[in-house]
Amino acid sequence: MTSKQQWATRVGLVLAMAGNAVGLGNFLRFPAQAAQNGGGAFILPYLISFVLMGIPLLWVEWAIGRYGGQFGHHSAPGMLDRLGDGKWRLFKYIGVFGLFTNIAVASYYCYLESWTLAYVWHSITGTFREVAPADFYAAYVGQTADSVFAIPFEALGWFLVTIVLNVWILSRGLDRGIELAAKIGMPLLILCGIVLAIRGLTLGPGDPGVVESPLVGLNFTWNPKPEGLLNLTTWLAAAGQIFFTLSVGMGSIHCYAAYLKRNQDVALNSASAGWINEFVEVILGGSILIPIATAYLGLQVVQAATTGGSGFSLAFLTLPTLFNNWGWFAPIAGAMWFGLLFIAGITSSLAMGAPILAFLQDEMGVARQRGALLFGLTILLLGFFCVWLFPGGAFDEFDFWSGTFALVVFALAESIIFAWVFGMDRGWEEITRGADMKVPRIFRFVIQWVTPGFILVVFVGSLIQPTAIGWGEAFRSLFAGEGWPLAPTSVIGKVFHVGQATYDTRALVQDLSRLLLVLVFLACGLLVWKAWRDKRRAVR
Amino acid sequence: MTTAAWVTMLLTWIVIAFFAIRFFWMVYRNPGGGDGD
Repeated sequence: MTSKQQWATRVGLVLAMAGNAVGLGNFLRFPAQAAQNGGGAFILPYLISFVLMGIPLLWVEWAIGRYGGQFGHHSAPGMLDRLGDGKWRLFKYIGVFGLFTNIAVASYYCYLESWTLAYVWHSITGTFREVAPADFYAAYVGQTADSVFAIPFEALGWFLVTIVLNVWILSRGLDRGIELAAKIGMPLLILCGIVLAIRGLTLGPGDPGVVESPLVGLNFTWNPKPEGLLNLTTWLAAAGQIFFTLSVGMGSIHCYAAYLKRNQDVALNSASAGWINEFVEVILGGSILIPIATAYLGLQVVQAATTGGSGFSLAFLTLPTLFNNWGWFAPIAGAMWFGLLFIAGITSSLAMGAPILAFLQDEMGVARQRGALLFGLTILLLGFFCVWLFPGGAFDEFDFWSGTFALVVFALAESIIFAWVFGMDRGWEEITRGADMKVPRIFRFVIQWVTPGFILVVFVGSLIQPTAIGWGEAFRSLFAGEGWPLAPTSVIGKVFHVGQATYDTRALVQDLSRLLLVLVFLACGLLVWKAWRDKRRAVR
Repeated sequence: MTTAAWVTMLLTWIVIAFFAIRFFWMVYRNPGGGDGD
């Protein structure tokens, strides 16, 4: 992407940003998180987090992006360097997160995206009428192979197709590539979502295979459990969901916003993209997976399948079979469901590629097509590791460290730098300049104090998250001198393999994955160091 | 579905749909908005 590139239309920009935010999590993670964390009571902390953390972070990232773009920087290292007026050398290395996260997340995310493409194909060709999706899935990802080191060839093939598609679209540039994909993909996604939601919610006792009303599933998601409001776990889950659904803390929003002109609106555009994401997540995402699964499987099965806070197994292992009850519409429904997930995925993975191309072009002088190819090769190599060692847990490691932890670290750093180093006077001017809506002045205070505080709580919460006994019991245990019951899924718990009795092959794969991620981060840092060194030499 | 679930869901849907449609409509109606330059 050259710095001369621009968005062709304002609607295209908003749809591309919304496409960046709308991902697989909107359809698979949100309904399960809501159902498991207080049902309807989840929505209040969720919306409060959206207003106090989500929207302010969107404004901050859009403003940083547009500001950096004026200096010819379309990726996070250069933008953060400019926020410190070039006086804080460290800032550009904090911006390395904006490269690292995109590369690491894209490598496993494209793999997941490739599954949805494969499932579209197998839905159309009728595979799931003959093979149970659970058996198909196990064979597809290599779980049925004799060794965790066996290569799943079909999965690798679809992964290659997905990467080629991403590289091709990215190499077409901003308006003819990313923007066009969003303009076609987003309306199609919403249309597929509406059709599936209506079909699912109108299932009745007369339909073959239906054992319960889909409204029972909707009730599972929405029935408020007021005690959830007093539970810190519910608040952390809601804040976490808002964080990850908006794609903040990645550097991709910065990159898209950097192609705006100096006085172009950021306030309304970002609010519009954010609310479209909420529309897709809450209204469509909450009305498909759980109601349909409940109608055919009953509530108990769905409750058990979503215990971990993810609807993943329902989406890939169960839904394809359930669609078989829909007769001639079954292949179309399967193609629509997995096609919808594919569009949600590819509009996000394109946004991950954009900052990498921009960095290569702005800071290292690499042409767009060559940059797209380099990005494709990098995620192919890294992604191969995920494909190959998926049964050993490589995928989960990539997801946790790059797709969860790194986002929070980067968002915390950028929110503090923006409000406290760049300064709120300049920051507020950046957010409101050219604004097509009146930004309430209270948000000046929110961005300076509340948003960084909110992210800090999420960060600390992820570090020391207690086991299922909850925060209240954990503090009681601590004050009683019995220690802190650290969850194996907490950051510290993961680092020290808490809950793993022996150091087995799985632990080895986890450590290898972490080592690889550290190397990727260092490599990105090295590129930033080289780029700035070369620029200094050129000036001399 | 319980009445509380219906009320929570519909209220949330209305709020989200309102802002999503309102802001997108403002963007759509003003394609060159905030162009400034």
